[in-house]
Amino acid sequence: MKTRITFAALALAAAMPLLVSGVFAADGAAPAKVPSGPHPITQEIPADPMAKEITDDHKRARNYADQPPLIPHAIRDYQIDLNINKCMTCHDRKNTEGSQAPMISVTHFQDRDGQTLGAVSPRRYFCTQCHVPQTDAQPIVGNRFRDIDSILAGGKEGAK
Amino acid sequence: MKGLLSLAGRFWRVFSRPSVHFSLGFLTLGGFLAGVMFWGGFNTALEVTNKEAFCISCHEMKNNPYEELKQTIHFTNRSGVRATCPDCHVPHDWTHKIGRKMQASKEVWGKIFGTIDTREKFLDKRLELATHEWERLKSNNSLECRNCHSAESMDITRQNPRAAKMHETYLFTGERTCIDCHKGIAHRLPDMKGVEPGWNGTVSAK
Ligand code: HEC
Ligand code: HEC
Ligand code: HEC
Ligand code: HEC
Ligand code: HEC
Ligand code: HEC
Repeated sequence: MKTRITFAALALAAAMPLLVSGVFAADGAAPAKVPSGPHPITQEIPADPMAKEITDDHKRARNYADQPPLIPHAIRDYQIDLNINKCMTCHDRKNTEGSQAPMISVTHFQDRDGQTLGAVSPRRYFCTQCHVPQTDAQPIVGNRFRDIDSILAGGKEGAK
Repeated sequence: MKGLLSLAGRFWRVFSRPSVHFSLGFLTLGGFLAGVMFWGGFNTALEVTNKEAFCISCHEMKNNPYEELKQTIHFTNRSGVRATCPDCHVPHDWTHKIGRKMQASKEVWGKIFGTIDTREKFLDKRLELATHEWERLKSNNSLECRNCHSAESMDITRQNPRAAKMHETYLFTGERTCIDCHKGIAHRLPDMKGVEPGWNGTVSAK
């Protein structure tokens, strides 16, 4: 009897996020499809296949001017630590002629007081804090972001 | 002294006389078989020391290079081909092989005297050890890499543009070799200050 109550309590706790998202869903946007539920907690659901990395070296448009651009190439095993910053072996000012990579922009040389330093600023050292590669995974939750051009053009909300 | 000389003289007389008891054929064949056995035993000894299991029987090799290798593409990949320590570190070529074994005795000393018995000591020493390996690979034109990868079989149309462009500009022209650009593909790198990437103009051509 006791275990059954515990189970019920557990199940309720597990269902909580769903109930809550139901409340939000009623607030306009279509309910998000949660890929893993609802199903009995005793049941094991096969995992979705892993999404593939996009490494076609094709630059993607930024959604707004100061968005950190997405990384269009592979970065597997690229070491970024005190010993070496692999990214900088291509994107550093002095290496771009050989690598033909775009140089880190001037903002990367500035410290928080706007002083331009001689080398990459410590707060910009860990590139993948801001720059990320992409996979072909589709968003689980829809997104109504519009870029400035579509707003200026007076496009309908939700349009691309 | 005189007795020794006469002994040597007697020995030489016996030695230089044609054999009475054994035929020439037997001697030739016997010599041949002994040679094969000696060579075979030697080869087997090399074979044993040429396995990854041997390398990682030392904790220095197991806790550091091996643990790091496990996370890289040379340990798991979609093709299911694994590169083991000897694939990259002991040349398959016979003469080089002996040379490497002679150098390996130095490592046994290291073990006995415990030069690098902690991770910290290994990291302190890493730049020096890595530099030896870079120099070796540079001087043999990255032989071990090319045992598996070859520029001839590289279809750059199937590579990403970034890789294809590099290989076209520097590799196919013979200006650079794999290790100039692909350092740290199997292990973590030491402090790289002053070590320029292979596509940098200041790297000397091979
Ligand atoms: C071997 C040289 C090389 C290395 C190492 C490298 N990159 Fe790149 N990167 C390039 C090149 C070349 C491009 C231009 C597009 C292309 O060919 O992929 C580029 C493009 C980019 C872009 C896109 C810029 C834009 O305007 O859209 C970003 C962001 C970037 N890299 C970040 C990184 C980060 C972060 C790292 C380290 C994790 C890194 N790169 C390591 C060569 C490199
Ligand atoms: C704090 C976030 C942040 C970090 C950390 C950071 N970046 Fe950026 N990066 C940006 C933003 C934002 C932009 C776009 C606006 C700009 O240029 O400042 C950008 C732009 C770039 C560009 C494109 C430059 C151009 O002129 O097209 C490259 C290349 C780049 N970053 C590489 C790097 C590398 C390499 C590192 C690591 C050393 C790095 N970034 C670290 C935020 C960051
Ligand atoms: C007896 C324990 C032991 C074994 C077995 C061993 N190593 Fe080592 N290895 C060491 C030590 C200790 C060092 C550091 C030597 C030094 O301090 O110069 C080292 C250094 C190295 C280096 C750096 C070489 C250099 O020129 O500086 C490489 C590469 C290496 N080992 C690879 C291997 C490979 C491959 C194998 C298997 C074929 C192997 N080791 C087997 C203990 C061992
Ligand atoms: C035992 C054979 C073997 C040896 C020796 C070897 N490799 Fe590899 N290498 C592979 C395999 C297998 C892959 C993965 C291929 C795949 O599935 O994409 C690979 C992948 C790579 C990649 C691609 C990494 C990526 O992220 O796509 C590079 C770069 C590379 N090797 C460089 C080297 C260099 C440099 C050496 C010499 C120090 C070397 N390899 C020695 C078998 C080998
Ligand atoms: C001038 C520098 C340079 C030289 C020399 C060079 N490579 Fe590369 N290689 C690159 C760069 C840059 C990339 C792409 C970035 C990365 O994978 O880190 C690359 C990518 C690769 C890849 C992955 C290909 C892909 O499509 O992702 C393999 C495999 C590879 N190299 C093997 C080799 C081998 C083997 C040699 C020697 C025969 C060699 N490379 C020589 C610079 C070089
Ligand atoms: C795919 C090729 C490859 C494989 C496999 C490989 N190594 Fe290495 N190893 C290298 C290269 C290249 C270096 C030179 C340093 C660098 O670029 O990281 C090196 C350096 C070393 C060093 C010098 C110290 C250091 O970390 O730089 C040791 C010790 C070593 N390897 C041991 C091993 C052992 C033990 C194994 C097996 C568990 C192994 N390696 C497997 C390519 C390889």
